[in-house]
Order: sequence, then structure tokens, then C-alpha cells
Amino acid sequence: MSHETLISALYVFALAAFLGYQVISRVPPLLHTPLMSATNAISGISLVGSIVTAGANYNTVSTILGFIAVVCSTTNVVGGFVITDRMLKMFKRKDIAKRE
Amino acid sequence: MQTYFIEISYLLASILFILGLKGLSHPETAKRGMHLAEFGMLMAIIGTLMHHEIVTYTWILAGLAVGSVVGLAMGLWVPMTAMPQRTALSHAFGAFAAALVGISEFYKSGGQLETFTMGALGFEVMLGSLTTTGSLLAFAKLQGLVRGTPMTYKGQNIFNMVLLAATIAIFIYLIVVPGSMPLFFTMVGLAFVFGLLLVMPIGSADMPVVMSLLNSYAGLASAATGFVLSNKVLIIAGTLDGFSGFILSILMCRAMNRSITNVLFGAFGSAATAAAGSDQQGSMREVGLEDIATQLAYANKVVFVPGYGLATAQAQHAVRELADVLEKRGVTVKYGIHPVAGRMPGHMNVLLAEANVPYSSLYELEQINPEFTTTDVSVVIGANDVVNPDARDNPGSPIAGMPILEVDRSKSVVVLKRGQGKGFSGLENPLFYKPVTGMLYGDAKDTLTRLVQAVQQA
Repeated sequence: MSHETLISALYVFALAAFLGYQVISRVPPLLHTPLMSATNAISGISLVGSIVTAGANYNTVSTILGFIAVVCSTTNVVGGFVITDRMLKMFKRKDIAKRE
Repeated sequence: MQTYFIEISYLLASILFILGLKGLSHPETAKRGMHLAEFGMLMAIIGTLMHHEIVTYTWILAGLAVGSVVGLAMGLWVPMTAMPQRTALSHAFGAFAAALVGISEFYKSGGQLETFTMGALGFEVMLGSLTTTGSLLAFAKLQGLVRGTPMTYKGQNIFNMVLLAATIAIFIYLIVVPGSMPLFFTMVGLAFVFGLLLVMPIGSADMPVVMSLLNSYAGLASAATGFVLSNKVLIIAGTLDGFSGFILSILMCRAMNRSITNVLFGAFGSAATAAAGSDQQGSMREVGLEDIATQLAYANKVVFVPGYGLATAQAQHAVRELADVLEKRGVTVKYGIHPVAGRMPGHMNVLLAEANVPYSSLYELEQINPEFTTTDVSVVIGANDVVNPDARDNPGSPIAGMPILEVDRSKSVVVLKRGQGKGFSGLENPLFYKPVTGMLYGDAKDTLTRLVQAVQQA
């Protein structure tokens, strides 16, 4: 990694840390469980790394490890978003809950 | 041009992820926010599929397909009572993926990596490995496959420290003298073992903190992957996940008034019981169902306080039915939710939401505590430590200083409990011996259902 890339990556990390703190501390305890599943789903973006590893045919070991990593990350992305959506649908306001 | 398109899709994903999390600040904006984040993820994946280094799509598509099927199954069929287990599993998957990418990168370059990349890779692989095994053990504990009480042995903390030191020593060596495959794999192996040993002494009551920490580690492992691959969207997503878990851990620790080191290394619940044994004066007063039904039916305000016992009894629908019946009679019904009730942050909230309880009825500790003096009946269902007055009154108690739901200030307290046992943490609870409290023994779901009928006839 060149020095410029490293420095700009560190900038991104620092800004993400501050931004993360601000955004996350505004999530009420009510939504802490969907927060955990949503952040877990989002961190499944590591899928983009494993996709390249699984498809670039570097060597057998890398391809196999890449494949397993793709399976794990995809499970998290799909499962995480599906379950977050499912949970969020359950949080209803009083008037809507009464109608059901 | 191709690379440009991919980079743009990553930038778009980053922005949409942040907007998505921002939407989680309120239930009404949360759903739309998540759709934005999902769209961002889709863009990033499609963009990556056009990466110039990809030679064959077979394994990618196979992986995407298998992962989608498993993910869908887990997402659609897991009941809310099993949310902690599913969350632990997803931490394991995420951390494992990060660790595998790191191992593959190391292998691909024959271990010849420059200092900073090796450093990031080491973090990625160590964090990823220990989080994988730690989360799997957490899953086993939550699911009851392994006992939930802390597993301790003499010299445990020292052994763990030594193991950790050895792992880090190898890590530093690999940065300075790059290339040794066997050493690298030893480090990975040690990290896997360390994860197990770290979670072993944690008791069920401390699970919320551990879950949040593992969430954080899985995110940080992804962030480290981002540094290794020079991928900014990975850094951003991983950092957001890492900080989210970290903030939750701090909140959980504050809610128990214990420091993080105490939770991780204090083996609460085994050593603590000895110190706690203050002899209780008096006895517990058992009450009859009809009496309680009458009290509830003619009350002005009733507060339900759920704990993990509500989940194990699968009684969330029954309590909502009782609340409905009471509200039809004009009783004000509220729910008091302690931050560490349950096995993970927000556990009680999703459980009750699944039972169709409107979120406006769910109150946090600071909101509901002042109301207990004007509450006619507080109903404690499967909760113990979170309503234990020793935390407030007894400076010698292991839970001293922990914020609690002050149900003992209500005019009357009913505790629904399976039996006379001491609950998950093994602490005596003076609440049960107070004159204001009545004990209603039995299975919570069964008791609540019979209360519904009794109240309707009152």
C-alpha cells in the first residue's frame, strides 16, 4: 500500500468512526436488536473482497477459501437484511396495532 | 472505465449505508432506511462482478446461491425468541469470512507483504478467528447446548493472558520477519482457541455485553480487511459495525454498573454467590390467581416488567392478550424494559413487538421509574436482577449500583415465576420477601392465559 493510499484510508477510518458514533448513539434502545442485525448485514460488504478471491483463480486454496467466504458473507447479507426488515415491520404505532 | 464504475458503486453503497443507519433513529424512518442500504449493497455487489481480475464465475455464483438460500431460511424462519442465537451465528459467519479473506491474501502472496498490510492482515485474521469461535460458543450457550453458567478454573485469567501474549508475539514477529507460513497458521490456530477461552467464563446474565462485543469485533475484522484490500467501503462499513457494537457494549455495561474488564474476566455468577448470601428475613407470600385478577381488573395503572423468563416461556402473546383485556376495561398498561433484560440488547422489545404490542407502550428505565409510585400493580414476568432492590439498597451486593426498575415502589407487586429457585444469576432477591410482593408460581404462559379469563369475569 502506498503512503497516499494509507493516509487516505486512515482519513476514511477516522471520519467513519466519528460519524458512526454520532449516527449510532441516536438509535433508541427500542431498535437495538435491528441495529445489531443491520450493522451485521452491512459488514457483509466483505463479500466484495471474497467475490474477487473466489473468481480470480489465483490458486486452488484461495478459490476454495474464497468460495466459503462468499457463502458466509452472502448468508449474513441476505439473512441480516431479511431479518431486520421482518423486525422493523413488527414495530407498530398504537392505532395500527389496534386495528389488527 | 470499468474500475471507475466499480468505485462509484462503492461510494454510493457507503452513502446509502450511512443513510440506512441514520434511519434507525426512529421506527417510522427505519424501514425506508434499510431499503436504501439494501440497494447500496446490491449496487456494490453488481459493480464487483465486473472486476477485471475475475476469470471464472462458477464459484462466485455457486457461493451466492448457497449463501442466499441459507440466509433466507435463517431470516424467515427464526422466531424472535431465538434472535440472540441467530445473531451469534451471524457474527460467526461474518468474522469467519473476514478471517478467510485474510488467510487467502497471505497465502496468495506467500506471506511477503509489506509492514502495514501485514499488520492489518494480522488484526483481520486474529480478530476474525477469535470472534468466529467465540460467537459459536455464545450460540451454544444461548441454545442450551452448553451450560450457561460460567465455566471457570484456577489460573484461567493468567492462562488466557499468556495465550493472548503468545498470539500477539507471533503477530509482531511476522510483521518484522515476513513470510513464515507455519507460524502464521499457528497464530490463526491460537486465535481460534483464544476465542473459545474468552467466552467460556461468561455467564448467561452477561450475554448482552458479550453479544455486543462480538458484534463489534466482527465489524472491526471487516474494517481491517478493508485496509488490507485498500477498499474504502469495507473500511466504512466495518468501522460503523465495530463502533455500533462498541457503543452497545458500553451501554450494556453501564446498565449493569460493571466495567467491561469485570464482565470479561470477573466470572460473575459463580464467585459472586458466596458473597451475596445475606440471610433473608421473612418468607415469600404466595397469592391466588383470582385475587390478582381482581387487583388487575380494578387497577388504574398496570406496568408489566418482562425478563428472559418471558422468552423461555414463550409468553409474549399471552401478556399482550392480558394487556388488551385490561385496556378494554380502561386500565392504563405500560411495559418497563430494562436495557439488559433478555440475552441481547433490545431483546424484550422485539419479542413484544412480535406479539403486536405497539412500541408506544414500551418504556425505558428512566421513563418508567418515576411512575412506579403511582402504579397500582407491577407484574414481573421472568425477570430477577433487573428488579432486585439490593442493587439500590445494599452496597455490599455484587450488583450494587446497577440501575434497576423500582417495582418495589408500586402499590402492589406480582412476580410470575416457575418455582422458588434463584434464577440465572443465583442471587437472592429481597423483592420477593417484601410485604408488597405476591408470588404467583407456575408457567408464565399458562398463568397469564388464566389471568385473561379471570379478568374478563371480574
